[in-house]
Amino acid sequence: MAIKNKKLNLKDKYQYLTRDMAWEPTYQKKEDIYPDEQFEGIKITDWSQWEDPFRLTMDAYWKYQAEKEKKLYAIFDAFAQNNGHQNITDARYVNALKLFLSGVSPLEYAAFQGYARVGRQFSGAGARVACQLQAIDELRHSQTQQHAMSHYNKHFNGLHDAAHQHDRIWFLSVPKSFFDDARSAGPFEFLTAISFSFEYVLTNLLFVPFMSGAAYNGDMATVTFGFSAQSDEARHMTLGLEVIKFILEQHEDNVPIIQRWIDKWFWRGFRLLSLVGMMMDYMLPNKVMSWAEAWEVYYEQNGGALFKDLERYGIRPPKYQDVANAAKNHVSHQAWGTFYQYSQATNFHTWMPEEEEMTWLSEKYPETFDKYYRARFEHWDKEQKEGRRFYNNTLPQLCQVCQIPVIFTEKDDPSVFSHRQIKHEGERYHFCSDGCCDIFKNEPEKYIQAWLPVHQIYQGNCGGADVATVVEKYYHINLGVDNMEYHGSPDHQRWLDIKGLKPLQSNSEKKTAA
Amino acid sequence: MSVNAISEYHAEPKDRVENFNGMQLLYVYWPKHLMFCAPFALLVAPDMTFGAFVDELLKPAAAGHPDSEKADFLNAQWLLNGEAFTPDPASTLIDSGIDHKSMLTVTTPGLEGIRGSAS
Amino acid sequence: MSQKVFIAFQDNDNARYLVEAVMQDNPEAEVQHQPAMIRIEAEKRLVINRATMEETLGREWDVQEMLIDVISIGGNVDEDDDHFILQWN
Repeated sequence: MAIKNKKLNLKDKYQYLTRDMAWEPTYQKKEDIYPDEQFEGIKITDWSQWEDPFRLTMDAYWKYQAEKEKKLYAIFDAFAQNNGHQNITDARYVNALKLFLSGVSPLEYAAFQGYARVGRQFSGAGARVACQLQAIDELRHSQTQQHAMSHYNKHFNGLHDAAHQHDRIWFLSVPKSFFDDARSAGPFEFLTAISFSFEYVLTNLLFVPFMSGAAYNGDMATVTFGFSAQSDEARHMTLGLEVIKFILEQHEDNVPIIQRWIDKWFWRGFRLLSLVGMMMDYMLPNKVMSWAEAWEVYYEQNGGALFKDLERYGIRPPKYQDVANAAKNHVSHQAWGTFYQYSQATNFHTWMPEEEEMTWLSEKYPETFDKYYRARFEHWDKEQKEGRRFYNNTLPQLCQVCQIPVIFTEKDDPSVFSHRQIKHEGERYHFCSDGCCDIFKNEPEKYIQAWLPVHQIYQGNCGGADVATVVEKYYHINLGVDNMEYHGSPDHQRWLDIKGLKPLQSNSEKKTAA
Repeated sequence: MSVNAISEYHAEPKDRVENFNGMQLLYVYWPKHLMFCAPFALLVAPDMTFGAFVDELLKPAAAGHPDSEKADFLNAQWLLNGEAFTPDPASTLIDSGIDHKSMLTVTTPGLEGIRGSAS
Repeated sequence: MSQKVFIAFQDNDNARYLVEAVMQDNPEAEVQHQPAMIRIEAEKRLVINRATMEETLGREWDVQEMLIDVISIGGNVDEDDDHFILQWN
């Protein structure tokens, strides 16, 4: 083809630099080169139908990514040089970053590994290039997040060993096992899980309102890495939607397989996001929107539009979507109550909301907060102020699939735990929901091997028999310094020093830092 | 259904009773007391008596709750793995039919949690 | 049921021009200002035209430059040298 224009147009450039860089093998069979492409039962008849709507090629990728990095690191430098950590709204906020660094950043790294692996598995050049770009993006996210938070590590406790902790701390098995589940699946399930269900349907809830919240709380470094990462996510999300449409268009036999994966990964992602719900409602001193509002915009509205679009392929909204929608008014309170009472085993501090925050919660959750949660929170607040800060000293029952303690309640009766139990090959298994129980029943062999932190502690595999030993020796948490109650902690003290406020006389005195 | 895998897929349950050094797991749920965020997971000796389990494990676990002093657990309403269950304080757990990873639910009528909120 | 497409930009200087151009070409779209970000939503379809952007910016503009400032999108994407289109079918 003769090139008439001096500059290639986008479509031609994409064709030359992506498809035309690939070749048909002659002396090896395709099945031998891409041995993992068949076993999941997904039928691809024509890889050339794969569309990357952004038509991104390597040259443009490097150019724009370099520009993003330059902007980002200029801001990190400015933030550090100007002691940006002193300008946040309140040091309680930093605890959300501790959770982020140990719970989310390692997932970025896991995503990098995942895309690097599946990118090798597809025989279509377009898919391989897209996965390669995304793998590099994810590595960048993991690195920039660690760089951004290294500044906080100089000034606050609990940020010192996130990678070690990700593999060990009880609640971090929730995000870890989520990604391990996806990474140990076949390449098409991985894309459905991460590119579509997670990136497209759910990550907006993590990166958009929470990062906007970081800005609202004066954390210039975090909002910058968050939105810089999210500028890549916009591309990933687009890819996620295209992947699904491509697979569905290839063969009708793919539809029920994809539907089952969407059901599974929507539910797994929804459970995982309970952590983000509590970060938004409880860990941002200045609040942008409630978790319920974020869920309405980013799942009910955007997800609704998406699944309506997918109807023509025979795809329906995820199973148990109704349960998830009803839970938007509960999960953040249930999750925060959980971390509050097990704060002796977390890598961050917890606290009870202040008066005006309780009022905000009542306003944002008119049907649930006062009725179900206020009484226990006020009780704990009172106990703490009287010197009996409540900690739960007995380990909780965990769900075999999502690995979250069985803390969620029934859709139709929020005063009752949602608990499911089955027997499989003579062993008893317990779940937080029908959603998780269904996932188990579909692939029991996968989940019977779950490394459940509570059971591992009881088997003696976590360095000791008592919480203090497990927390200090196995988790690398400095007990009582990095964690437990915020008020009176070294972080709290440091914050009061930064703000030039007098130290507290006792725990009963209310802090006034702002 | 089963796992769709590239080769034969076999896995062992990670939480078989043999892995607990002679002990077993027992879960206990106290309805209407959701201040405890989830059912308790307890490590118990199978030959412990039911009475000892209540005194030595359940009561200390529940002690942080203002209702705990009023709770008469032995005479409360019990479910074992979802079925009606009448505990015998002198009988051992295993003889009572409480096997590894069993779930006990104990309802204490009249106790409705903090300020009646099921907390 | 309403089916909204949306795009969110970082609230920075580039975004000012993007928003201006988007509003010119999609007068029915709604702009929402949130901390550090600007979110624009519209029923079914939203288009960014290179010509309008170049007019607004007063310089040449490559549609892919948008990648630097975008935070999130919802809708099927169709991009070529002259347009960036978001739509639900």
